[in-house]
Amino acid sequence: MARIESEIGTPKGGFLKWIDDRFPLSKTMKHHATEYYASKNFNFWYFFGVLAFVVLIIQLVTGIFLTMSYKPSAAEAFASVEYIMRDVELGWLIRYMHSTGASAFFIVIYLHMFRAMLYGSYRKPRELIWLIGMLIFFAMMAEAFAGYLLPWGQMSYWGAQVIISLFGAIPVIGETLVEYIRGDYSISDITLNRFFALHVIALPMALVALVFVHIVALHEVGSNNPDGVEIKDHKGPDGVPLDGVAFHPYHTSKDLVAMIVFLMFFAGVVFFAPEMGGFFLEYANFDPADTRVTPEHIQPVWYFTPFYAMLRAVPDKLIGAMTMGAAVLLPMLLPWLDRSRVKSIRYRGWLYKSALAIFTVSFLVLGWLGTQPASGLYVLLARVFTALYFGFFLLMPYYTVIDKTKPVPDRVVWHG
Amino acid sequence: MLLLVTGPNAFAAGDSAMELVPANNDVSDTASLQRGARNFMNYCSGCHSAKYVRFNRMGRDLGLTEEQLIENLMFNAEVPHDTIQRTMRDDDATRWFGKPPPDLSVVPRSRGIDYVFNFLQSFYIQSESPTGVDNILLPGTSMPDVLWDLQGYQKAIFSEHETEDGGGTELVFERFEPVTEGNISHEEFQTFVRDTVNFLDYMSEPVQLKRQAIGVWVLMFLAVFLVLAVMLKKQIWKDVS
Repeated sequence: MARIESEIGTPKGGFLKWIDDRFPLSKTMKHHATEYYASKNFNFWYFFGVLAFVVLIIQLVTGIFLTMSYKPSAAEAFASVEYIMRDVELGWLIRYMHSTGASAFFIVIYLHMFRAMLYGSYRKPRELIWLIGMLIFFAMMAEAFAGYLLPWGQMSYWGAQVIISLFGAIPVIGETLVEYIRGDYSISDITLNRFFALHVIALPMALVALVFVHIVALHEVGSNNPDGVEIKDHKGPDGVPLDGVAFHPYHTSKDLVAMIVFLMFFAGVVFFAPEMGGFFLEYANFDPADTRVTPEHIQPVWYFTPFYAMLRAVPDKLIGAMTMGAAVLLPMLLPWLDRSRVKSIRYRGWLYKSALAIFTVSFLVLGWLGTQPASGLYVLLARVFTALYFGFFLLMPYYTVIDKTKPVPDRVVWHG
Repeated sequence: MLLLVTGPNAFAAGDSAMELVPANNDVSDTASLQRGARNFMNYCSGCHSAKYVRFNRMGRDLGLTEEQLIENLMFNAEVPHDTIQRTMRDDDATRWFGKPPPDLSVVPRSRGIDYVFNFLQSFYIQSESPTGVDNILLPGTSMPDVLWDLQGYQKAIFSEHETEDGGGTELVFERFEPVTEGNISHEEFQTFVRDTVNFLDYMSEPVQLKRQAIGVWVLMFLAVFLVLAVMLKKQIWKDVS
């Protein structure tokens, strides 16, 4: 027996070898973890990619458990959420984790995108990573929008009513399109059912697939770093980038610390302020959807309010909707709008620094304006900041060229 | 032109009608919750359901035995795992009030507990209303003043002001003045309402009694985990130069 085994060569390597002969397990581990090298000088801003992944897992797992008790019907949806909150064992925890996770997802992703703008992570050769990331962002917005209808509260219903009706502004096909999306003449049980299908099957599948592709593309070109230099340009005799450390165990051990800190904030909200002052769970959504009573003040959840403010800043419905759409799509062009000689904000001049500061302030102010009634001074402010938001992108080809940049070091800056 | 403001839009709820007095209720006060449950069953549950709240769960949270529940609180329920349903029938409710009174399971979470606390004390005599009263916080409400025997009737004093556009005058609420004496003192009445809204607050999210206590343990666990993770990170990174 022993002779035969040695002839076919199985004893060496054991189980792992058996797997590796049939599936690239060790190879994949090496390529994506133990021999994937990323710069050792990653700072605070580099935590949000992995945190986004953590939130995605939280949403998927809590979502599965919510689906077990939730009923996607206009007659039962609101009651089934209360059933989860009261009668399902730990249902309240699962629900609060999911509702907090939705907001956490956007916080983390907005900071992740901001990191790319700080250090020029979208620049060549990472344009495709950025574009895939933008697709993830769009899928996430759709996912959040569909999910928000499911509790079937007043804000679920009327928020969806307002946003879906925007498609009605499109000439000729508008009204037909709106009916097609709703599947009915108004938001109804039918709409709820299809949004449920999108929320628990179609969009999560798209999200997971896109995240996979995002990471594959990232690991092909390698991560950027706060200096915006290519660590692959300086390799040691062993072919390992001199400024790189392996993703595992170096970055994973560092990310673990970040993850725990993140989870502490997350638990702080889930256990001590699940409504987050009406920002994570809107108060009006504790009233069941009522088709006859329009709430005094309809507003989307905070993560959509910057775009909502831009929509309302324009008097014409169609142009307003187009403005909002353009505001969401425009960041896709960043890799080609940015013509600076350098990537990182560390070596950019005052022009880009000011532009990014104005953009950041505009986005935050628009977010606040989106939660306020659209009247008087607020509309004026929304117009000013909408103009500044667009200015940041559309003027970028000019100010990034004339901006005075500093010399970029050869290697990353590292203080041990 | 004199604008007599009595329609439903006279005061935006919770906006400018009156300053809300804080309820200052305490959901960890079990005795208050028990009194609140009694008040709710006696004064509210005839017309209002709390259809997501189960008697047995409530009894457990409020430290009541099943016998106490059945004898004192379950007026219109058969078994302890029933939910709190109102006595009034839908068609009667619609005939008497225009629409069925709202379910009170989660009301404090949409309106705020202070609103409910003030709402219950803001009824005033309004002879034109079918119920003989109106409410400052919800003008035109079809709800009668069910606590009148405890609070006594009160009237609302308004003052006349010019409207913002200067085109007329409007009535602005100033204060309440008692008309009849209640059966109990003002302080006792305040406690009665506070207990009642405390119970409503509890019903709106029963788990809030436990949520924060669990949260403390979760954070303590994460804090210990954090220390270990920081040590691990330092150990792994010590050879990076």
